Amino acid sequence: MPGPIQSIERAAAMLRLLARGSGHHGLAEIAAALGLAKGTAHGILRTLQRVEFVEQDQSTGRYRLGAALLHLGTSYLDANELRSRSINWADTLAARSGHEVRIGMHLDGAVLVVHHVFRPDDTMQTLGIGGMLPLHATALGKVLLAYDAGLLATIRRAELTSLTRRTIVRPSALERVLAEVRAAGWASEAEEYMPGEAGIAAPIRMPGGLVVGAIGISGAVDRICQTANRPRQALVDHVCHAAEAVSRSLATDN
Amino acid sequence: MAQRFVMAIDQGTTSTRCIVFDSNARLVSVAQREHRRYSPRPGWVEQDAVEIWRNVDRIMPQALRDAGIGADQVVALGITNQRETFVVWDRHTGAPVGRAIVWEDIRTEELVAEMASRPGADEVRDRCGLPLATYFSAPSLRWLLDDVPDLRDRAERGDVLFGTMDTWLIWNLTGGVNGGLHVTDVTNASRTMLMNIMTQQWDPELLSFFDIPRRMLPEIRPTTEIHGRTTRVVPGIEIAAALGDQHAALFGQTCFAEGETKCTYGTGSFLLMNTGTKLIRSEHGLLTTIGYQLGGEPVTYALEGSIAVTGSLVQWFRDNLGLIHSAPEIETLARTVKDNGGCYIVPAFSGLFAPHWHSEARGLIVGLTSYITKGHLARAVLEATAWQTREVVDAMNADLGERAGVLRVDGGMTADHLLMQIIADVLDVSVMRPMVAETVSLGAAYAAGLAVGYWPDLAGLRRNWHLAARWTPQMDPRHRDEEYANWKRAVELTFGWATPRHTVDSGQF
Ligand SMILES: Nc1ncnc2c1ncn2[C@@H]1O[C@H](COP(=O)(O)OP(=O)(O)O)[C@@H](O)[C@H]1O
Ligand SMILES: [Mg+2]
Repeated sequence: MPGPIQSIERAAAMLRLLARGSGHHGLAEIAAALGLAKGTAHGILRTLQRVEFVEQDQSTGRYRLGAALLHLGTSYLDANELRSRSINWADTLAARSGHEVRIGMHLDGAVLVVHHVFRPDDTMQTLGIGGMLPLHATALGKVLLAYDAGLLATIRRAELTSLTRRTIVRPSALERVLAEVRAAGWASEAEEYMPGEAGIAAPIRMPGGLVVGAIGISGAVDRICQTANRPRQALVDHVCHAAEAVSRSLATDN
Repeated sequence: MAQRFVMAIDQGTTSTRCIVFDSNARLVSVAQREHRRYSPRPGWVEQDAVEIWRNVDRIMPQALRDAGIGADQVVALGITNQRETFVVWDRHTGAPVGRAIVWEDIRTEELVAEMASRPGADEVRDRCGLPLATYFSAPSLRWLLDDVPDLRDRAERGDVLFGTMDTWLIWNLTGGVNGGLHVTDVTNASRTMLMNIMTQQWDPELLSFFDIPRRMLPEIRPTTEIHGRTTRVVPGIEIAAALGDQHAALFGQTCFAEGETKCTYGTGSFLLMNTGTKLIRSEHGLLTTIGYQLGGEPVTYALEGSIAVTGSLVQWFRDNLGLIHSAPEIETLARTVKDNGGCYIVPAFSGLFAPHWHSEARGLIVGLTSYITKGHLARAVLEATAWQTREVVDAMNADLGERAGVLRVDGGMTADHLLMQIIADVLDVSVMRPMVAETVSLGAAYAAGLAVGYWPDLAGLRRNWHLAARWTPQMDPRHRDEEYANWKRAVELTFGWATPRHTVDSGQF
C-alpha cells in the first residue's frame, strides 16, 4: 500500500480553507495559510479550477469554492453539451462504419439517447434523440452499467426484462458480461434488444477517467457481427477510436 | 505511397479551426481555438488579428500531429473565413494598425446615414449588389482612414495593406514581410462593397465614393487558384483555395445547381441560394453575392439572407447574463418550460440585417410578466433564431415566386436539437443536416482539393453528401401564424430606437 498522496491532501485542505470565513481568498493568502510555496499552491488551484471545484473571480483574481461542488451528486456533464462536443466524431463514426450512431447517458434506470446520426445510406430514417433504451439489453447500456457499480446495484434489485430470446435476464450472467466489458473496454449486443439487430459501444470519459456516456453503432446482426455473434474487429476499432476522440475533445477546454 | 489528405483552415467569428479530411470527405483531425472579442464601446466589435494569426500558428501543427501525418501528405490547403472583418497592417513590419474591425461592428452608423444622402449613393447597390450598411467593410475602412492620423498617406504610398481575414492569413503564411502574397478571392472581395459585382474588379466609382486608395487593396483572384506554397508555420503546403465561410458552406453542402439552398447557423446565420450564372437583384431585402468562382470559369452567383445575431445571442446569454455556463446549456434551460410564456427577444444588437436593414434598430425583450422565468428567456433566445430564419426564407420565396420544401443546415448551432425542431416547425419544412457538421471547412477543403485534382469533379463531391439528421414540422398551423404575428410586432418595436444622440459615447457626456 502506498502512503497518502500529498497533492490530494493539499487539495482537500484548500477546499476546507475556501469553505471557511469570507469564502474569497487570494493566492498569496492561500499559500501562506497552508505553508505552501506560491507556485505549488497555484498548480493545485489551477487543477481544482479545471475540475470546477474552485472558481476564480475575473476582476479580483481571488478564489472561491466552485458551483460544481454544490451539485456533486447530480449530473456532471450536460447532455446537450455532450452532443455539441461529440458531433464531429459521431458523424465520422457513422461515415467510417456505415452504421447509425447513438450516444447515450444514464437517466432514471435507462439509457437516454442524447445524440443520433443516421446510417449514411440516405434511406428514410427517424431521429431518435430523446428516446430511452434498456440498460441491460443494449451495448450502450452495458457500457454505462459496467463502469457504475451503484447503477448496477439498483438494476439488480429490479427485474431484468426479457425482450428477445437472447436478452440476458440472469443477474449473475449479466455481471460476468460486464466484467468482460471492463476488461475489453467495449460492449456488444446481438439480438438481445431486437431480433436481427446488433450493436457495439464504448465509454466516453471525462478527464480523470469518470465515464459520463457511451457511443455506439447499431445495425443488422449479419453486418455488425462476423460469426457466433462476435462483432467485427474493424467496427470495434472504429467505435473505440470514436470514443477516445470524444473523450479527448472533452479534455480540451474551449 | 503514403495516404494523402486535404487541409482546411476555418477562420470563424468565434474561433479558428484547422481540419484534415481524407478523400472520402471524412474528418481525420480537428484543432480549434477561440479568440477574444473586444467591445470597447457600445456597438464596437473588434478582434486582434495577431491573436488569430498566433492561433493558426498553433492549430496547424496540432492538426497534423493529431492526424499522425506529415506536411508532405497534405496535397492542398483551403482557407475560409468570417467575411467583411478586416485588418490594415504595415507591409514592412507586419504589425496591424489597430484591431480588426468585425462585421458586427456598427460604429459607422452615422457615417453610413450621411453617405446615403451623398451623390452616387443610389448607384452603390447596383454596382456591388449590397445595400449601404455598417455590415460591409468599406464604411469601416473609410472610418479607420479618417480616424488614424497619416493612415491615408501611408495607404497612398503603399506602406499599409488592407485585407479581409483570408488575405491576412495568406499574406502571413506565404512569407509576411518577406514577400507575402497580397491577394483575396472574389467571394471575399464581393463583401467589401468595393468590387463591381458584374466585372469582379475593384470599381473605380465605388473607390471614389468611399474614398479608398486603390493601392492598399489586394489582387482579386478566383476561389480555386494555386496561390503558392506556405513558407511559415508548416512550410511547403499548397494554398489552393480561399473563400468566405458562407460561400464555403454552400460549396460544402454541394449546392452546385441553381436553386439549391443552405443555411449556416453560427455566430450569425446566413441563408444562401445558388442562382447559377444569373445575377438576381432582390426586391425583398436580400443581397446579391458571388457564390464561388472555379478557376478560369465564369462566376456562380448567389442570393443571400444575412442574419447578424443568432449564436451570438446565446453567447450573450452565457457571458453577459451568466444564466448558463456553456452555449449548449441553452437547450437544457429552454426545455425546463413548454413554450415562451409570451416572451420574445429581438436581438437587434447590430441593428437588423436581412430582410429589414434597419441599422438604427436595437434589441428588446418584450412580453415580460412576473410569470417569465429564465427558462422562457432561453426559449425566446432559440425562437429568435428560428423566426429570423423564417423572415429571410419568406423574402427568398417572394423574390423567386416559389417555395422550397427542405432546408439544408450546418454550423455550430445545428448541435441544438430543440432549435432544429423549432426551425422545422416555424418554417413548415423539413430541416436536413449533412454528415459533416463542419461544412464550412469541408467546402474549403473541396475547393482546394478540386484545384489540385485530388477530387476530379463536382459530381464526385455530391456523392459524399449524406443525411445525418432530419427534423420534420410538427407545429399546429394556427399556432404558428399567431406566433409569427407576435414576432413581427416585436420586430417593429425595435425600429427607430437609436437616434444619433444615443450613439454618442455615453462615457464622455
Ligand atoms: N448547442 C448549442 N445551442 C445553441 N447555440 C450553440 C450551441 N453550440 C454552439 N452554439 C453557438 O454557435 C456559435 C458557434 O458556431 P460556429 O459555427 O463555430 O460559429 P462561427 O463560425 O461564427 O465562429 C456560437 O455563437 C455559440 O453560441
Ligand atoms: Mg464558422
